[in-house]
Amino acid sequence: MSMALLILILLVGGLLAWRSEKAQANLPRWVALATVVISLAFLLATLPQEHTGNWLQHMKLDWMPRFGIAFELAMDGVSLLLLVLTLLLGLVAIASSWSEIDFKPGLFHANLLWTLAGVCGVFLAVDLFLFFLFWEVMLIPMYLLIAIWGHENKTYAAMKFFIFTQASGLLMLLAIVVLAWQGMAINGQLSFSYSDLLGLELDPRLGWWTMLGFFLAFTVKLPAFPFHTWLPDAHTQAPTAGSVLLAGILLKTGAYGLLRFCIPLFPQASMEFAPVAMALGVAGVLYGAVLAFAQSDFKRLVAYSSVSHMGFVLLGLYAWNQLALQGAVMQMVAHGVSTAALFMLAGALQHRLHTRDMGRMGGLWHQAPRMGACAMFFAVASLGLPGLGNFVAEILVLLGLFAVQPAFTAVAALGLITAAVYSLRMLQQAFQGVPDKQRSMPDFDAREMLAMGAMMAALLWLGLYPQPVLDLARPVLEGLQTLVPPGDTVAAQAGGAAIVLGAGL
Amino acid sequence: MASIWLIPFFPLASAVLLLLSTGRMPRQFAALLGAGSVGLAAVCVALLARAFLADQEVREVTLWTWMTVGNFTPRIAFYIDGLTVVMMSVITGVGFLIHLYSIEFMWEDESICRYFAYMNLFVAAMLLLVMADNLLLLYLGWEGVGLCSYLLVGFWYRDPNNGKAARKAFVVTRIGDTAMALGLMLLFTELGTLDIQPLLAAANSQWQTGDTLPILATALLLGGAVGKSAQLPLHTWLPDAMAGPTPVSALIHAATMVTAGVYLIARTFGLFLLAPPTQEAVAWIGLLTLLLAAFAALAQHDIKRILAYSTISQIGYMFLALGVSAFASGIFHLVTHAFFKALLFLAAGTVIHCLHHEHNIFRMGGLRTRLPVVFWSFLIGSAALAALPFTSGFYSKDAILLSAWEVPGIGPWLWAGGLLGALLTGIYSFRLVFIVFFGEAHHEPERQPGWKMALPLVLLCALALAGGLLVLPLAGVFPHTGHHQPNHLVEYISIGTPLLGLLIAYLLFLGRQVSIDTLVESPGGSALRDFWLGGWRIDPLYDALWVRPYTALAHWWRKEPLDGVYNGVVTVVQWAHHKLIATQTGELRWYATTMVFGLVLLVAIMLRNAA
Repeated sequence: MSMALLILILLVGGLLAWRSEKAQANLPRWVALATVVISLAFLLATLPQEHTGNWLQHMKLDWMPRFGIAFELAMDGVSLLLLVLTLLLGLVAIASSWSEIDFKPGLFHANLLWTLAGVCGVFLAVDLFLFFLFWEVMLIPMYLLIAIWGHENKTYAAMKFFIFTQASGLLMLLAIVVLAWQGMAINGQLSFSYSDLLGLELDPRLGWWTMLGFFLAFTVKLPAFPFHTWLPDAHTQAPTAGSVLLAGILLKTGAYGLLRFCIPLFPQASMEFAPVAMALGVAGVLYGAVLAFAQSDFKRLVAYSSVSHMGFVLLGLYAWNQLALQGAVMQMVAHGVSTAALFMLAGALQHRLHTRDMGRMGGLWHQAPRMGACAMFFAVASLGLPGLGNFVAEILVLLGLFAVQPAFTAVAALGLITAAVYSLRMLQQAFQGVPDKQRSMPDFDAREMLAMGAMMAALLWLGLYPQPVLDLARPVLEGLQTLVPPGDTVAAQAGGAAIVLGAGL
Repeated sequence: MASIWLIPFFPLASAVLLLLSTGRMPRQFAALLGAGSVGLAAVCVALLARAFLADQEVREVTLWTWMTVGNFTPRIAFYIDGLTVVMMSVITGVGFLIHLYSIEFMWEDESICRYFAYMNLFVAAMLLLVMADNLLLLYLGWEGVGLCSYLLVGFWYRDPNNGKAARKAFVVTRIGDTAMALGLMLLFTELGTLDIQPLLAAANSQWQTGDTLPILATALLLGGAVGKSAQLPLHTWLPDAMAGPTPVSALIHAATMVTAGVYLIARTFGLFLLAPPTQEAVAWIGLLTLLLAAFAALAQHDIKRILAYSTISQIGYMFLALGVSAFASGIFHLVTHAFFKALLFLAAGTVIHCLHHEHNIFRMGGLRTRLPVVFWSFLIGSAALAALPFTSGFYSKDAILLSAWEVPGIGPWLWAGGLLGALLTGIYSFRLVFIVFFGEAHHEPERQPGWKMALPLVLLCALALAGGLLVLPLAGVFPHTGHHQPNHLVEYISIGTPLLGLLIAYLLFLGRQVSIDTLVESPGGSALRDFWLGGWRIDPLYDALWVRPYTALAHWWRKEPLDGVYNGVVTVVQWAHHKLIATQTGELRWYATTMVFGLVLLVAIMLRNAA
């Protein structure tokens, strides 16, 4: 029950935040902050010590028994990790918009909390119909956040975000219905429950098309090349809190969907499809990096860097071995933190300078050394400096990938170079160079440094002692691997493959 | 010695404190902390070295397991053998002298806190690099020193040119680092471990000499080494990296970081012995680099760029040594080079400091009497660099050349090339001395170095002179290569060549018996000078090959070409929308007509299907 309560707390907190605006304009911020803190405390306080079956926690309530639809939630190590990340970044989002949002703060924070509720639902639902419901629930408040509180081109960006996600979501709905219908044909009863639908002996062609429905929905969200074009617009136009949530958490729902549903439900089709998915991953890594380099808008640059980093997640998931999967999960967490920090920084810059154009920045280190130091830290985190979480993630993905696809690994590793190129260019354009004498801007204050310091500490911890996270994810990933043996097509002999690499070089 | 971890911890903790103070720490404090922490580390290293020399025992310390995923279990652990002790001594010893020197050099800089923070961080990362017991931790140190190099080259960030040099240094070395990372992946995939000693053992048992896999793996590691050590073809970043403060160049771009590639190859020499083609490539890369950089050094007029090219060239000698399996000689040259090149850079820094940021040697001159300490430092440093007899550089370079001579087949060629390099080294190093310290003065020094600058110079002078007498504890690390055959002719030629270089430099630049000006001003001469001055035009070449295509591609894609596809869908939908709207006329007649047509069509289809 505690999982349902967690979602309820966030939903009710949202309502309260909305109404509290009437009492005092500043109250919604405090209500939102309190709500997230309470949910986080609640989540950690109700953690069970023992597994129930495969899950840490599991609950099932009848909802529409006629259609085999239940209110079924379950939590394992990976969902727990992502829940904690969601709530922590929720705090960052609230902190980053503390002095930024003046227009209807009540509704703003309500939408923020409802987005969090939807995301928590997505990470918990194990009834496919319920999953789809939460998938849509998180979309609408996020759409409103962009459409109401966004920047100059917000309508276009919000619409684009909505249509991309909605259209791909419909494909997933179709795939869910087909899958449940197939499940009925095989099991003799209609059910949308994850556990009932695992391990179905699907007709290969039908399985392939159904898999594709899920794959599209999740890779649009991830986003993977070439379905990423909504992301730069949405991230750039969203208010800071929106960008933090989008990049930090919403993208991870795509990765989570692939890991939890797409690959395990369709093991054979997925493993046949793996080379294509990995090719998209490699393309995303490089394409995102090139376009990040080309941007002059600070937020757009960070947005494209997300495309690049999410390519590593796709690679890790479809390489489907322990190293690569651990790397993918680690990348979800580390990228969530580092990108949230960069977007918070971008938002702070825009709030102070009223521009995101790096051409009009330069020499900011002189005026705001604390901001400069933070930018430096998170830029080198994002370029994969060892000792920080992102490096652990990328090296695990690449190590795992090397065992199955050395040639892809060699190409994807070029992303390490291109990441340095765009990250350092960003630092140069915004923070180094000649400072503008006319300009004065306040440096980060204590509230902002607190958020930044927490995220720095998190990345250092992930980079130097990632074992707690790895241990949390390990049983889940091992369980998934027993469901899906690696496909024959991808398990190439490493020795022979190394020679391919040699030829490739 | 369970407290070995304290050695990198001192500078690391000091760096963290300095960074957290965000520049508000008083400069006396910052200087004390910055130099003191490295001094403390140096004392610890001295104790460690004494203990090691006494018992010759390899020490292994595990702090914690970094991560465990399946059989991938890299640890935060140290492996201290003779090679490590040598490297640690150089890093903390020379490092401390440079930190001491920095206090005076950077005293008036407003960002002295940031300076010492980065320098301390560098020392910590460099120590981790050489102490690491596995290649992943080594890679952490490897990237860490790269970051500090970036931060310190671009230390004076207000000049965009410094930023450009810093980014170039980072990105070019990262190309090599990426190759190295791939090498790590290959090694782990094949051998199942990244712990250096087990890895070497596994390689020896699984691979035969000359197999494809060790060749490929060592080639990838070599990629990392040439990037970090500024060897062909990734050497282009080092001359530009001189944009940083001069003590930085002394510490990072002469004594320690740039020799990390040499350390890497020496540390994994067991792999390179399994891959003769790669090892031969190491020798040829070293030879080509040392010649190319020596020619380039001849034409430079920026005092630091001369030293930068000379560093590239001297590391070329180290690579040559590694390529001919003279590992101990390579490390010996690394050590003596750390002494005399740090000395030369610090002396050059003093000149620059005292002449108000003057870099051009042709605007110096006559400093022999005006800056006597610097003059003697430069003279001793240059003598060691040129390998004049009985200086430290003489012993180490001589050993390398003799080892090259003894290689069957290609040996004499390598030897001859190395000898030509030695001749050039003699010329360019004394060209520098004669132009800067003799002749007529163009500038009066505006100050004299204080004791914090003079003391490191004096101590390094002593090391540069007498460092050749050191016996490094490398016997247990590298295989014994056998005694040199005493070939007296070869020996005499090796000794005489640097002296010949000195003589030529004297004739050209001091005695003026041969007019260098007419030589340079002839059409061919000036073209050649410009060619060498521009570093063999390799920068423009890379610009055309990599930089411009990449920026052009990025510019071309800037507006997201894929959006065209999605906008196309939008256009089609809008078009269909307008066409379909046109059917909604509001006229009953039109609706009735279309309905009838529709019905007829439907009935026709049904009839057809029924039939």
